[in-house]
Amino acid sequence: MNNYTLTRNPAGRLVCTLACGTSDTVVPVRAFPIAAPDEGVSLTGSDGHELVWIERLASLPEDQRTLIEQELAQREFTPDIRCIKSVSSYATPSVWQVATDRGDTELLLKAEDHIRRLPGGALLISDGHGLTFLLRDPAHLDAHSRKLLDRFL
Amino acid sequence: MSHPGSDRCQEIAGKPVGDCAHQSNLFRLISVSGNTVCAVQCSNIAAHPILISRIVTTPATTSLPDLWRNVVPSRLARDETLLAWLETDLDARLHFSRGLLLITDRRLLNLASPDAAGDTYDYRAGLVIGKNDHGGIGRVELFDGSARLACWHYTLAHDIQASRFVKQFEQRLTEFLAGAPATRIAPDCCPDCLTPYPDDRQECPHCNTTINAPPSTWTLLRLWRFAQPYRWQLLSGFLLMLGSTAATLVPPYLTIPLMDKVLVPYQNGKPIDFGLVAWLLAGLLGSALLAWVLGWAKTYILALVSERIGADLRTITYEHLLRLSLEYFGGKRTGDLMSRIGSESDRICVFLSLHLLDFATDVLMILMTTVILFSINPWLALATLLPLPIIAWMIHNVRDRLRTGFEKIDRVWSEVSNVLADTIPGIRVVKAFAQEQREAERFRVANRHNLQVNDRINKIWSLFTPTVSLLTEIGLLVVWAFGIWLVSHNDITVGVLLAFLAYISRFYARLDSMSRIVSVTQKSAAAAKRIFDILDHVSSVPEPANPVHLDKISGRLEMRDAGFRYGNRAVIKGLNLTIEPGEMIGLVGHSGSGKSTLVNLLCRFYDVSEGAISVDGVNIRSLPVAEYRRNIGLVLQEPFLFFGSIAENIAYGKPDATRAEIIAAARAAHAHEFILRLPQGYDSLVGERGQGLSGGERQRISIARALLIDPRILILDEATASVDTETEKEIQKALDNLVQGRTTIAIAHRLSTLHKASRLVVMDKGEVVEIGSHDELMESGGAYYRLYQAQARNVDTDLNDLPPAATVDAKVTT
Ligand SMILES: Nc1ncnc2c1ncn2[C@@H]1O[C@H](COP(=O)(O)OP(=O)(O)OP(=O)(O)O)[C@@H](O)[C@H]1O
Ligand SMILES: [Mg+2]
Repeated sequence: MNNYTLTRNPAGRLVCTLACGTSDTVVPVRAFPIAAPDEGVSLTGSDGHELVWIERLASLPEDQRTLIEQELAQREFTPDIRCIKSVSSYATPSVWQVATDRGDTELLLKAEDHIRRLPGGALLISDGHGLTFLLRDPAHLDAHSRKLLDRFL
Repeated sequence: MSHPGSDRCQEIAGKPVGDCAHQSNLFRLISVSGNTVCAVQCSNIAAHPILISRIVTTPATTSLPDLWRNVVPSRLARDETLLAWLETDLDARLHFSRGLLLITDRRLLNLASPDAAGDTYDYRAGLVIGKNDHGGIGRVELFDGSARLACWHYTLAHDIQASRFVKQFEQRLTEFLAGAPATRIAPDCCPDCLTPYPDDRQECPHCNTTINAPPSTWTLLRLWRFAQPYRWQLLSGFLLMLGSTAATLVPPYLTIPLMDKVLVPYQNGKPIDFGLVAWLLAGLLGSALLAWVLGWAKTYILALVSERIGADLRTITYEHLLRLSLEYFGGKRTGDLMSRIGSESDRICVFLSLHLLDFATDVLMILMTTVILFSINPWLALATLLPLPIIAWMIHNVRDRLRTGFEKIDRVWSEVSNVLADTIPGIRVVKAFAQEQREAERFRVANRHNLQVNDRINKIWSLFTPTVSLLTEIGLLVVWAFGIWLVSHNDITVGVLLAFLAYISRFYARLDSMSRIVSVTQKSAAAAKRIFDILDHVSSVPEPANPVHLDKISGRLEMRDAGFRYGNRAVIKGLNLTIEPGEMIGLVGHSGSGKSTLVNLLCRFYDVSEGAISVDGVNIRSLPVAEYRRNIGLVLQEPFLFFGSIAENIAYGKPDATRAEIIAAARAAHAHEFILRLPQGYDSLVGERGQGLSGGERQRISIARALLIDPRILILDEATASVDTETEKEIQKALDNLVQGRTTIAIAHRLSTLHKASRLVVMDKGEVVEIGSHDELMESGGAYYRLYQAQARNVDTDLNDLPPAATVDAKVTT
């Protein structure tokens, strides 16, 4: 079933060698980063074409999965908001001080519709500098954060 | 201590510490953060004090952030010069944490934190620095040959600084390897957008325009800007209001003599004084009539004014909206914008004309009544006014909740109209896939959400009004009780008590309606906020502060290091291209390679995020937007026709065009004949999206539209994509004549349509990969060759339909 091999080259890139002998640096991309992060990962080559499609990450041998997960961890950046400490104003643009699973930071909310509702209640907040923050469960935030957030929903 | 040439300063705040003559030049030493000293060179420092500040304050040498200011000097060797720095805000595990990268004259230094010892990378041959980004994080990587030495992460907020840093590193490394001393990067243009600085300032006229301040919360007061033109009408309305309110307060006052001088004496056996009664009744009638006339005049004038304010608000908002950039529209939904300009401006108008008016009347009335009551009997007046503070407190308490609630309702309303605005234009798709049920469900869900939010707020709201009524009743009770007690002590007469009760019931009735003002004020404040959201939005394609006017442009277009991203997705990267006046360029490349985006940038629908685009050597950001676009004829990939006649649509860019001009343009676009076949010729109406016309017909009309304005620059984005080969040939012939003498940029998937192009530009993933004539590119056997081969092999296949294998094959075999 495994008709390809994965290695990391000295430049720090993943290299995928197909059974036919072609090899290329690849980038793993999740097909549904939010809805189903563990299903469907594509390894795309340097020219943007898909080389390998992985149905489930869990089905891979340990070493390959680690390689892919390491690489994904380096590329994926969706800090999970744990708490909203303060907001600069209730009208946008507004600067929020937030605590995330990746440390404290501030985010710039340019307009209310940069908060996207996901099915299931989670919120995806795009910040003015191109970052995306996730609010997995708005209902379980602390009261203060919830009150602040409520003004924008 | 002073090195001629190494005049980089990281510090603006440095104080001059002395002058020293060095050769024939004068150097002024500037002390920088304790131990770094650098010199600024000037041949006559006294005569050019400005020159110093110009050199020292270049953006490339802005001061270090506070966190690092004291740390950095201690990490550098005594004679080491700091050349540039970059603050990173993510660590290796991608957690938020501040780090600093430094370039000195001899090495690259990384401080992971202020206390970290720092990793050093001495300059040596083979070092390569690289930068890329994905999904909102940027990476700077350092390689030694092909092995990666280190990788640093930052969020895209620092992207421009990172690009600059990489360039500075490369420059310094080259210098170092050549054994040259450190020199500075030419400071005469902005490092971000490459625009030359204006002579008098050392800051970029374009890059300092972003404003992120939130609008003030006193939104309703800001409506004054719209009310100001009508201030005299408003003043007269106010005076009338004063008069009419006073007139309505006369009748209760007349009940005192009516009671005490007529009715009570009569009960005590005295005859009625009919003369007095007549006077009093005449007074009642007179005051009622006066109140009627004044009330009518006041309402009429103020309603007139508020209607005008509302209309001004609408038009001004719409005008402003039209001037906003495409980026704004990209992020907003039609339904939302429509409801803001339509129903919410109307709500503000109703608020001004009805509620605010009533409220002002009420306040006046309450004030006057209070004065009257106190002048009659202070004690009773006090008892009467007792519930007032309680009510005021209640109003204040509920207000906040209601306001957020109403803002929410507004947003939900937009959601409802968004569903409509999404679905109705896409009705064909809905029907084609038989998804009416689903769309209905989506609407129902939005509606249910609306209900939920309304229910929640109604819970508070519904409690509010009855409570006010209850308090009113209790207040009346208090007045009765206290009044009777006073009457029994002969402190007041029955007439006074009745007058009080008459006043007080009006008074409380007003309180009830006044409490309503809370909700309507909040509603309109929320509406006003959403309108001012539009008004406060600064176009991301701003008009230049000091516009340059070009009389007639020749059409030389130049892109220097242009970069552009939609959000965090880089779509155009480091693009360099010069198009000579009158040249025809063919733009080819895979679908999604950024061709239309390039057109958007050229038309200044968006501004580049890096680099610069200039026309005739002038940055297009320095030209007034509309004036610049007037030089461009654009045929879009998705032609859009406005509701109106065909002639109007063709003449859209030049409304005063003569019929002959319209026909000439239509002929040139090969639209003339099919237009004549329509029942009403040029007067035929075309629908919202030109529904009555075929795709190719629409496209030809939009070509005619572009041709009519006789532009210097013609941009054809897939202009002939949806016409048959025969018609395409005809249009092509017409276009061939028209492109003469114009700078033309033609995008086409069918490569055969570009045979006239003097150069072909092949794009791939936002970059120009090849430039050259058809023959040259075929010879070199690169990307264009492969595209051409693929098309030749399968003439009917559009480029998009190429199986991926085809290109992989080509790649492997070459
Ligand atoms: N408004 C937008 N917001 C975000 N991304 C966009 C937007 N418009 C285009 N893109 C993305 O930018 C890239 C370039 O798009 P562009 O429209 O320039 O391609 P193109 O070369 O014109 O393709 P085609 O030949 O299919 O018209 C695409 O990947 C597209 O997904
Ligand atoms: Mg396109």
